[in-house]
This record gives sequence, structure tokens and C-alpha cells, in this order.
Amino acid sequence: MQIEQAKVKSHTLVGGDYRELVLSAPHTAGAARPGQFVHLRVPRLDGSVLRRPFSIYRARDGQLSILYKTVGRGTEAMEAMAVGDRVDLIGPLGNGFPVEAAGNSPLLVAGGYGVAPLSFLAEELAPTRGTVFIGGGAARDILCVGDFESMGWEVRITTEDGSLGEQGLVTAAVDGWLAAHPDATPVLYACGPEGLLRAVGERGVAASHTAWLSLDKHMGCGIGACLACVQKIRGEDGSVAWKRVCCDGPVFEAAEVEWDG
Amino acid sequence: MADTVETAPDMRTEIAGIRMKNPVMVASGTFGYGPEYADLVDLNRLGAIVVKGICAEPWGGNDVPRMVEVRGGLLNAIGLQGPGVDGFVKTYMPFLRQFDTPVLVNIWGRDEAEYEEVAARFDDVPGIAGLELNISCPNIKEGGIAFGTDLTMASDLIRRVRKRTRLPLIPKLAPNVPHVGRFAKAAQEAGADAISLINTLPAMVIDIETRRPVLANKVGGLSGPAVHPVAVKQVWEAAQAVSIPIIGMGGIETAEDALEFVIAGATAVAVGTANFTDPTTVTRVIDGMVTYLKRHGLSSITELVGSIRD
Repeated sequence: MQIEQAKVKSHTLVGGDYRELVLSAPHTAGAARPGQFVHLRVPRLDGSVLRRPFSIYRARDGQLSILYKTVGRGTEAMEAMAVGDRVDLIGPLGNGFPVEAAGNSPLLVAGGYGVAPLSFLAEELAPTRGTVFIGGGAARDILCVGDFESMGWEVRITTEDGSLGEQGLVTAAVDGWLAAHPDATPVLYACGPEGLLRAVGERGVAASHTAWLSLDKHMGCGIGACLACVQKIRGEDGSVAWKRVCCDGPVFEAAEVEWDG
Repeated sequence: MADTVETAPDMRTEIAGIRMKNPVMVASGTFGYGPEYADLVDLNRLGAIVVKGICAEPWGGNDVPRMVEVRGGLLNAIGLQGPGVDGFVKTYMPFLRQFDTPVLVNIWGRDEAEYEEVAARFDDVPGIAGLELNISCPNIKEGGIAFGTDLTMASDLIRRVRKRTRLPLIPKLAPNVPHVGRFAKAAQEAGADAISLINTLPAMVIDIETRRPVLANKVGGLSGPAVHPVAVKQVWEAAQAVSIPIIGMGGIETAEDALEFVIAGATAVAVGTANFTDPTTVTRVIDGMVTYLKRHGLSSITELVGSIRD
């Protein structure tokens, strides 16, 4: 990890409220692995004391990019970032997805912009290909389909309003796949809202499939010092303790995650 | 032979016998236990490291969410999660001893006896320069701020802990008291070697859509630039009440912010929330203070302490 003064190379609307920000950041881009994130200091965000964490979408040739959706003050301020702007970032952070034991038919499950690190993961897994489930509220929330198609992945799309792909939740499509392949032992990888992660994790645990979940929590420092972004994790001895999503995660195996309630 | 080289201002200072190469420390709870920031900050440049609060045994802290940003700062309600005395000493002291930087341990307890126990257990641990006594954390039910906002309780606690440690004892005072000078004076009379202030200000954020407090703990402690002028006033008031050194903190982001504390009467300062914003804040503040001393023709930072004019 390192502090890097990155430079905006491009900043484009990719659909709906989603934008891709491409940064020149040779150190971070060179060291980045799928599932890791960068902690950005948003320029011109007056009165802000916290950085904003973003999963790495692409990292190659000294450049990295992130996909984000405008959801609040921080991301609103990000919209104003222009080519040539300097951005202070810390990265790459976190542990990333384990790629060694992906098996020969991995299943990726994405919700909204959670698809970004999974696209990076698919690149890293090549030549292995599998099936990716991309879910969202509506057609405008479905991103990165072309990335997976160009790498030869089977893409299954679901939207809650039925405006693209199958209507319903992405986990219903996952259920359908698992039912149709009773003898398969896929490794699952998921990134998206907590409800999705929890549902994918439950399916993984129930079927004894390994399921890697990339968690998202309110983050402070991003490097393990402040203890804000903690998640209850069950250790090998069965004891449950708070682990830091920023540096012990953000990727955890479903069987070790102790959900509340 | 004439010395033609312009000498750099002397940034060295001393708090209760703790010699520091400069007066800029990091505030407890914002810098972990040291290793977290080691890739980003040269720990040898810091005046001192103050580690996150430690009680007797491992402590889980509060439920999440534990932190929320507001304009000009943030609220935290971590709840003093920590590894306990033995866990801290075993896991972190071998690392911390490698640096030429004094290590202060922030200690707390759920009752007086635990405070005493923790202080006593650190007494023989090599490499610890002093104890910051946390009597002002707003985020735990027992201990913490219950002591820091009651003059008699604060005084009794400091007196009891004083008897159990040979290390410099530095109570950390709460800002939310009507006359912080009285607490500062009581701390001095009870045997404190120095005092630090301010801790965070009790605060709350409500989500108007769900009508629920954002923090799981409902309330938290406000820190960041928003509290800086409050802290300067409290340090100034405390400085007039005591003769022991003061460590001033609250919302430091720049050298100018730090210098206000020194002029108000602080012998040293601590950078807190700004470590999250920009891990290079501490070194930037040190460099900026040196520049200021040069510009004002001052040969030592100590000349500036308490130099406020009417």
C-alpha cells in the first residue's frame, strides 16, 4: 500500500447514474489484485474528513479504474472531476479474491456496481470461464455485460422490474443454476449489497460450495487503524470476533461470516 | 570559526520527563497500535505515538455502524475495542520498540479497580514512556466519561492510579464540562504529570428517513476540524489553571491549527482525525511549524508555549 497522487485520464458516464473514472496510478495499478480497493480523497469535497473506498474495476498499463454510482455528497462531488485533475489515493488495499482454487466452473454473482471487481476477477481467472449472474433494479443498473461476453463467459441478467433479462432477484437465477447442475461443485464469488451477499453465502454454505463474499461497511481510515468497518467473523476454533473489513477483508469466506439477526 | 549556517529551530520538547524530538504526537484511537500506518508514515518522525485505549482483558467494543461523517468532522462510537494488556504487549510492543519514538499507552477501565490494575500491569513493560488515562470516552457505559465529568470521581481515580504506577500519568480530559480549568487543577493536585485535552464531544446524527440514530450506539464522539476552536479554548483555559504540561488536541489539520494550541499553552499537540483524511498530516504539521518558527525568528518551540497576548 502506498499514497499515490493519481491523475484523471478519463471520466465517463457508462449508463444510468454510473460513471467510470480512469486514473493514472502506476504503483497501485501495478500491484492491484481483483477484490482490492483504493481509498480516494475526493477533490473539492469541502468539510469532508473521510476518504471514500472503491473497488478496483480495471488495472493495467499503469492505469486503474473504478465504477461508481452517485448516491450521496461524496459521489456527487466526484462527478465534477475532470481529465487532468489530481486525486490523492491510498492503494491497493484489502486482501482481494483468492483466485488459486477457483475450479473450472466459477460462478460470479453481482449486484449493481458490485460487478466491477468481478469483471477484474474474470480477467484474472482467464482462461477459466464460468457463469456470471448480474442483477439490478432495472436495465440501467446492469453493467459490464460486454466485459464478460468478450471473455467468453455465460452471462445471466436479472432485473427486479423485468426491463432486462429475467425478472426477479439475482439469487433466484443462481438457485435455478444450482438446481440444474446438482453434481457441480462451483466456487462462488459475490459482490453487491449485504442482502445479496448474505443470500449467496447461505446458498454456498447449504450446498457446501466455497463462497467468497466482498463486504462493504462504513469505512474510516481504510488501513485497519480505526476499527470502524468491522464484521463478526467466526474463527477456526469457533470463536466469534470483530474483523476489519478494510484489511482483514473485504473478502471473507461465507462460512466464517456471522451475520446479525 | 564563525558559524554561517542558519540553525534550524529546536523542535525538541519534554512532557513529564518524556523527551520528544518534536511536539507533534498522534492521538489515541486514530493511529491504531502503530504498525497500521508504518507503510505510509515514518514513525521515527513522530514526537510520540499514543496507542488506542487498552483495558485489562480483550474488549469487543460496540456494534456497527460505528462511524459517520458530518460536515467538518466525524462521529465515532467504536467503544474501545482492544486486545487487553497482554494481547497488546505481546502483539505490538516488539514492533513499537524498534522506533526512536516514545510510546504512550491510553488506558481505561470499567471501574476504579480495573484502571488501577491496568496501570500497574504496564509499570514493568519495557518501552512504554507514559500512560494516558482515558477518563473521557463518551462511547462506553461504564468508565470513561463518567469519571471525566465528575470532579470528585476524576480526582479520586487519578489519585488511586497515581499510587499504582511509576510512569508519567497523563489524564485525558473531557471537553464537555463547564469549567475545564477546575478539572485540570484537580488532576494536577491528584498527582497527574501532565494533562491532555480534548477528547471527542458527545454528539448524535439521526437518519430522517428511518428516524433512527445512525450509530448503533445511538450517540458518539465528534472530532475533526469542527471541534478545533472548542479545543483551543479548553486548552487555553486549562493552561491558566495548571503548571503541569498540556498536550493539546482537537481538529488539527495544519501547522497553523497546531500552533494555536501551543500559543494557548500546550507543550505538545496531537493529530487525530486528520490521520484518516491524510496520513501525511503529522509530518506536514511538523514541517509547517518549523517554517513558522523560522519566519518569526524563534530558536525553539518552547519559546512559543503559552505565549498568547492579551
